Amino acid sequence: MPLDTTTRTIEIECQRYDPDTDAAPRMQSYKVPFSNDMSVLQGLRHIKDHIDGSLTFRWSCRMAICGSCGMMINGIPQLSCHTFLRDYYPNKLRIAPLEHFPIVRDMVIDQNDFLDKLESIKPYIIPKEDKPVSDGAYRQTPAQMEQYVQYSECINCLLCYAACPQYGITPQFTGPAALALLHRYNADSRDEGWAARRDLVNSENGVWHCTLVGYCSEVCPKSVDPAHAINQNKVNSVMDYFGIMKLLMPRSGAK
Amino acid sequence: METVNSDIVIIGGGGTVLRAAIAIAEADPKLSVSLISKVVPMRSHTVAAEGGSAGVIRPDDSLDKHFDDTVSGGDWLCDQDAVQYFVEHCTPEMVQLEHWGCPWSRHDDGTINVRFFGGMTVQRTWFAGDKSGFHILHTLFQTSFKYPSITRYDEFFAADLVVEDGRIRGVVAIEVATGKPFLFVCKALVMATGGAGRVYLQNTNAGIVTGDGMGLAYRHGAKLRDMEFVQYHPTCLAGTGILITEGCRGEGAILTNKNGYRYLQDYGLGPLDPWPRPKAMELGPRDRLSQAFWHEEQKGTTIDTPQASVVNLDLRHLGEKKILERLPQITECARIFAGVDPVTQPIPVRPAVHYTMGGIASDLTTATTLGGLYVAGECSSVGIHGANRLGSNSLAEITVFGRVAGEAAAAYARAAPAASEASVRTRTQAEASVAHMTALLHSETGERVATLRDELGACMEAHVGIYREDAGLHKACDKIAELRDRYRRGVRLDDHARCFNTEWLSTIELGFMLEVAEAMAYSAYNRKESRGAHVRLDEYKERDDVNFLMHTLATYNGDGPPTITYQPVVITKSKPRIRSYGGAGKQAVLT
Repeated sequence: MPLDTTTRTIEIECQRYDPDTDAAPRMQSYKVPFSNDMSVLQGLRHIKDHIDGSLTFRWSCRMAICGSCGMMINGIPQLSCHTFLRDYYPNKLRIAPLEHFPIVRDMVIDQNDFLDKLESIKPYIIPKEDKPVSDGAYRQTPAQMEQYVQYSECINCLLCYAACPQYGITPQFTGPAALALLHRYNADSRDEGWAARRDLVNSENGVWHCTLVGYCSEVCPKSVDPAHAINQNKVNSVMDYFGIMKLLMPRSGAK
Repeated sequence: METVNSDIVIIGGGGTVLRAAIAIAEADPKLSVSLISKVVPMRSHTVAAEGGSAGVIRPDDSLDKHFDDTVSGGDWLCDQDAVQYFVEHCTPEMVQLEHWGCPWSRHDDGTINVRFFGGMTVQRTWFAGDKSGFHILHTLFQTSFKYPSITRYDEFFAADLVVEDGRIRGVVAIEVATGKPFLFVCKALVMATGGAGRVYLQNTNAGIVTGDGMGLAYRHGAKLRDMEFVQYHPTCLAGTGILITEGCRGEGAILTNKNGYRYLQDYGLGPLDPWPRPKAMELGPRDRLSQAFWHEEQKGTTIDTPQASVVNLDLRHLGEKKILERLPQITECARIFAGVDPVTQPIPVRPAVHYTMGGIASDLTTATTLGGLYVAGECSSVGIHGANRLGSNSLAEITVFGRVAGEAAAAYARAAPAASEASVRTRTQAEASVAHMTALLHSETGERVATLRDELGACMEAHVGIYREDAGLHKACDKIAELRDRYRRGVRLDDHARCFNTEWLSTIELGFMLEVAEAMAYSAYNRKESRGAHVRLDEYKERDDVNFLMHTLATYNGDGPPTITYQPVVITKSKPRIRSYGGAGKQAVLT
């Protein structure tokens, strides 16, 4: 089915904020010609190229894999490359930066907090002992891969942080994506780093901050399901408290 | 100007950069490494690579076969010493990635599975579903957190190099969030900034792929090599250019024209049967497949769509289970961006610019003609791709030569004199560079950046595309000279703010794009033969080994066009012969 490329015009209302000149965020409206195949990102790029070069947003791959272009679109955290203007027409749409993050400018948020949290979960394989490359690859069965692969699909787009009410209230919360990645490593049969990550899981800013709203998983564009990863670790955390964690590690049966 | 001193600076954020940074940290944790990237590393374009990475692993494969596939795939323009080193080191790098957590796809017994790619004799491509680049990038990025000697400067835009007496002294960068200039003083510099596909309108590349590193090195005297060889990937979505991986064909997808006919059999890739078989039909190399599309389009046997003419990439016979397991990303892309479900409908595709085979000339150790500058990945030309890169050789390249670049830069930095304070000369150069950048920021007259950029893209598509001819290439050279002149006369910015000014950065990028595109056009104009991805419709339709079994070198000449010279190709064991695909062969069993 070829896509219709007839041109129509849609109104895009963008939240603007430049810390050097604006006391507070303001709204600015643009009329954008669009065809049926145009994403919200393409609409914003049209504004930037032809109407107002000062409109500021991040983007790169335009195919929903780099994770740069998340923003609030009519109040919902979404990737703008992955969302289409046709679905809003004839109404206008409202674009704002991802919620819960400090704004750098317009749609650009400060993502450093996430990067610090990513670092804090030790997002790398911690093997029991170093394995030389000459030993070849580990064996990992499809069943073992299934334990973690879903969580390795996280593109760090931060939509889940914008969706998480708990992160909004308590920014110290490690948050959905980082905890999903923590689980990704803990659940990997090549990893023995659970003990190195346990304090974070069990801590005040770990899994127990999550109040099970589940909106993080709903907005995830890659079906990572961070809520499930967090819940899994709540179970692990309880088991850990009772000293029986080792029996219940997701991979223990496969070893 | 704020100054940061480190032993080694790395520019870029993709797989090559991270592999290089880890190699430095492992070679000598006392060496301080500053990683300057215009995006946070996990946003880099490595993320978009889909199909996989080459590495000999099957018992029926061998390093010689990988070597031969690569050299013939490159139409004998590869440096064979570099190819030899490359094929020997691919598999260890793939294993290293596996140890670091890369979720390579497996057989049921837990061993690594490999898939077919175009131009390969045997299945050789390690893959992680169809998000191989994504997984490699995130594995490397996350692993890099282990090494405290690596300091990241995320969202710092490298705007200029400081070179004194032929040696790298530092990098001038703009902190994007504040617009503040920084001087990064270093003993050695690794550059891995990716390709320049954005100089074309229709391309598979992310918006950041603007040839910055090529432009930086070129301006400061490094040579750009083999820039005429620009790869069109044969299967991309019309309009957006979004990549539909060669892995589809590796898994058995077929290409048909508007009559349902597998047209590749008419272009030296047939016969049809037995199918599938290696190096035939849909498993031919990218240059040949894109050229075949061009002929079909001329014949009127492609399918018209509102975006552009297309052919059908048909996966339906693979079945839903295999499609979803092996090709989830392209399934999602086809559904969302093309409105078709590959389980029940063919995907409409056409060629789009994908990869720059050429780049900053380096030797086997990734060293360039500038002292202390090491280059690797798509921005470089170490000599392994020749006139046409084989799919899955570039993901392998970023790890193999990323490591080499890291180790070479570490050795250079250790041997360099201890003092790394900025000299007066270094500061003066950096300040002049910042003054130039600041003038661009305040520019209120001239044309919009999009106007010049889009005219450049259209010119490259029209004249430096899949097929070329003398008159068109001549026009391209003239047009780019005109665009460079208009660029110098001024780009008018709407935005004069310091904070996260991407219009300003796009203007600086456009400067790199124009110069890199000019090197491409002149290199193509001067190559009076057809080879690999550089094919002509005029009197130079044939490969000419007597005159052009040579690398092209483009040398920067300020405002004028580049000087084009040539350099011999290193040939060790494979003498040039006729490059043939298709023909008789055994049916392959796809795993």
